Amino acid sequence: MVLDNIEKLLEKYENGETSLKEEQQLKYYFTQETVPPHLEMYKPMFTYFLVNKQEQFTKDVPLKTNRNFNYKWISVAALVALMLGFYFGTTLNTGELGTYEDPQLAFNEFSKSMEMISSKFNKGASTVGYLNEVNKGTSALGYLNEVENTTSIIFKN
Amino acid sequence: MTQKEFLNIVMPFKDKVFRLAKRLLVSTEEAEDATQEVLLKLWKNKLKISEYKNVEAFSMTMTKNYCFDKLKSKQSQNLKIVHSNYEENNTPLQKQVELNDSVNWVAKIIADLPEQQKMIIQLRDIEDYDFDEIAKMLDMNNTAVRVALSRARKTIREKLTNTHNYGVR
Repeated sequence: MVLDNIEKLLEKYENGETSLKEEQQLKYYFTQETVPPHLEMYKPMFTYFLVNKQEQFTKDVPLKTNRNFNYKWISVAALVALMLGFYFGTTLNTGELGTYEDPQLAFNEFSKSMEMISSKFNKGASTVGYLNEVNKGTSALGYLNEVENTTSIIFKN
Repeated sequence: MTQKEFLNIVMPFKDKVFRLAKRLLVSTEEAEDATQEVLLKLWKNKLKISEYKNVEAFSMTMTKNYCFDKLKSKQSQNLKIVHSNYEENNTPLQKQVELNDSVNWVAKIIADLPEQQKMIIQLRDIEDYDFDEIAKMLDMNNTAVRVALSRARKTIREKLTNTHNYGVR
């Protein structure tokens, strides 16, 4: 580039009137090996600008994904559960238990259910009755002792 | 918005945020913290991100405000000033020109500028934003930005000329 042109650009540059493109031209002009002696002082300046642009941010930024889950909602949930518990608990306790107003009717129902229980119970007990057979068997085995006695008598002599 | 979408939005300008923060806070660690803070704030408000017209400009403004708060707060009264920007990045460009020393001078000169000029130099000459964007980010009007920029550029040039002439290196 013509020296004259550069000098003009430099003047514009110092007045802050250069465009970005013109500034690029200046920067690259001053990266060359030799510049005229009277412009030598600009060289470090433009070099500095170019060098400085290469510095980078290398540190990691800890970006945590924002957890929308908030622990306070646990307490809210617990509170709701408790209140529901109380609500249903009380309504069930105060509600009807199925009591009969008439004593006779109540007795009938009671005895009916007791009958049912006893019939079921007897059914269970009757199956247990077979255990007697086992006892019979073991008593029959008792006769084996007699055999043993007699053999012992025989072998004694 | 998923993490991936968010990163896609943020990635292109996170380095710019970092460099602006570093320009203002000087120390790399502080600047890293600031960047992290800004990005986390954006992440927290990710639902509103689509409402912002220009997320990048918004983040830069946020960075500026955050850094100013930092500078004002007592905590940063004993902020360490470290100039160790250039040793690490062995860019071919840098090797080629071998102007490490005078380049360091530029850093020092910029560090001595008023905060506003510092930011404008950073945003214009380093990040290549146009004037309208800078005006929006810094909440200034267009001409004020131009004037401040011109002043900053002249100061840098004058100081560089001095060091150059006196051979101070």
